[in-house]
Amino acid sequence: MSYFSEIINGTKTLLTGMRITGKYFFVNLFTRRDVITQQYPDNIDTLEMFDRFKGEITLFHNENNEHKCDACTLCEKACPNGSLEVLGDKAKDPETGKNKRFLVKHIYHLEMCTMCGLCIEACPQDALEWGQDFHHVEYDRSKLTKVLNKPGSKIIPGLKG
Amino acid sequence: MILNIFTDIHELLLGLMSEEAAHILELVLIAAGYLGIFAILGLLLVWLERRVAGFFQLRLGPNRVGPMGLFQTIADALKLVSKELTGTVKADMQLYKLAPYFVITTALMSLALIPFSYEIHAFDINIGLFFLTSVSSIGVIGIFLAGWASNNKYSLIGGMRTGIQMISYELSVGMSIVTMVVLAGTLQISEIVEIQKDGWLIFKGHIPALIAFMVFMIAGTAESNRTPFDLVEAESELGAGFHTEYSGMNFAYYFLAEFVNLFIISSVAVVLFFGGWLSPFGITDSIPFAGLFWFGIKVVGVIFIFMWFRWTFPRFRIDQLLTLEWKYLLPINIVNIVLMALMVWLGLTF
Ligand code: SF4
Ligand code: SF4
Repeated sequence: MSYFSEIINGTKTLLTGMRITGKYFFVNLFTRRDVITQQYPDNIDTLEMFDRFKGEITLFHNENNEHKCDACTLCEKACPNGSLEVLGDKAKDPETGKNKRFLVKHIYHLEMCTMCGLCIEACPQDALEWGQDFHHVEYDRSKLTKVLNKPGSKIIPGLKG
Repeated sequence: MILNIFTDIHELLLGLMSEEAAHILELVLIAAGYLGIFAILGLLLVWLERRVAGFFQLRLGPNRVGPMGLFQTIADALKLVSKELTGTVKADMQLYKLAPYFVITTALMSLALIPFSYEIHAFDINIGLFFLTSVSSIGVIGIFLAGWASNNKYSLIGGMRTGIQMISYELSVGMSIVTMVVLAGTLQISEIVEIQKDGWLIFKGHIPALIAFMVFMIAGTAESNRTPFDLVEAESELGAGFHTEYSGMNFAYYFLAEFVNLFIISSVAVVLFFGGWLSPFGITDSIPFAGLFWFGIKVVGVIFIFMWFRWTFPRFRIDQLLTLEWKYLLPINIVNIVLMALMVWLGLTF
């Protein structure tokens, strides 16, 4: 008897599969609602990349132009191909009176970066994050070397460093 | 109107040459016309397949070249024509070059039997369906030869699988056709269409006709080597299967023939189950060439079901494929023929 129940079960599961794909087909034929294709050069103005897209390394800044980096250089050491250069300096902290490192320049060589993400993982402060911009084409290679910390930015006050 | 043009051409030719020469020339013209249909159908179906596949997978499919991407496949074909024909040194050259022609010739010969409308039906003989099944099975030889002559193990395995698959499933296609012939009582394609003037055969034969239709669709998918029965090509294991060693136009022949075969299988389904070129309830039967429209719509509908199969079901393993044919389809089919014969005998059909 399993012979007949197999036929009936098989037909049922096949029809379930066809119902699912059929729904995809007709919804997309008439409404294009779920289409995931990006027609790239046409939608350049409205294109929003996905959160998980790895476009470039950026340094997080809050609305007061403050970042979280304390220039520990761990990211520089973690980078397998030397794409990051962290220039720090020492100055007296007005609150505690102790010498403390602060960030001067966080230099990023985009042309060498392989988007491996090791620097983000290495950062103890969670200061680095992925940016979603991918329009990186330039005629001049030197334009790909960027400074990640914005001019005049400081470390978020009170952050453990 | 176009019929008048046909007679005009006929008389023009008769004026220019003897009757026999005119006859031969007309045959050549018709053959050229069918070659054109062959190419256009192939290109159109490839485009349709790619668009439909796109929508099934939440993509758009080709939509850049021409309106709705219609010229995409033409561009692809032009690219293939302009490519160099490469081959292997070790191949059995004569057979290797001959093989694609087996495939396209059989596809073309079967095309001649398809009734596009009441007027457009090139070759209508009294054993039409029998002729169609026997001719289309020659195509296997082409694929078999290609696999053998390429002298490549992937091609050979692909060719062997074709042999197994086609020969098994031809049985099921043939049996389900026989079931419908029992109901129709004739093998001539034009007569089968005529019979359906008062109701399509799938309604006339109800339960056994429905079973025959399902079996025909399954076996037809296998016959045209489409997923879930595309073990012949099986990109993930065999490269491209039997046509691994073919390039340029020779490859395109296989590609086009595959889609024309899909069209032929769908047309046979339309003729056997859905009344061929007849319009529903005979609304436009008096208008000449309206049949072309209805036939086209029905065929595209059946082709769509095949495409639906293709983009839904995963591929079979070779032993599962044979189990399905010999343990399920064939017994069902045999019982179904008996059932249909009983129904016809007892007058239980409509
Ligand atoms: S993503 Fe990798 S390569 Fe790029 S800067 Fe970070 S560690 Fe270096
Ligand atoms: S970005 Fe993170 S790892 Fe790199 S120097 Fe700043 S705090 Fe250290």
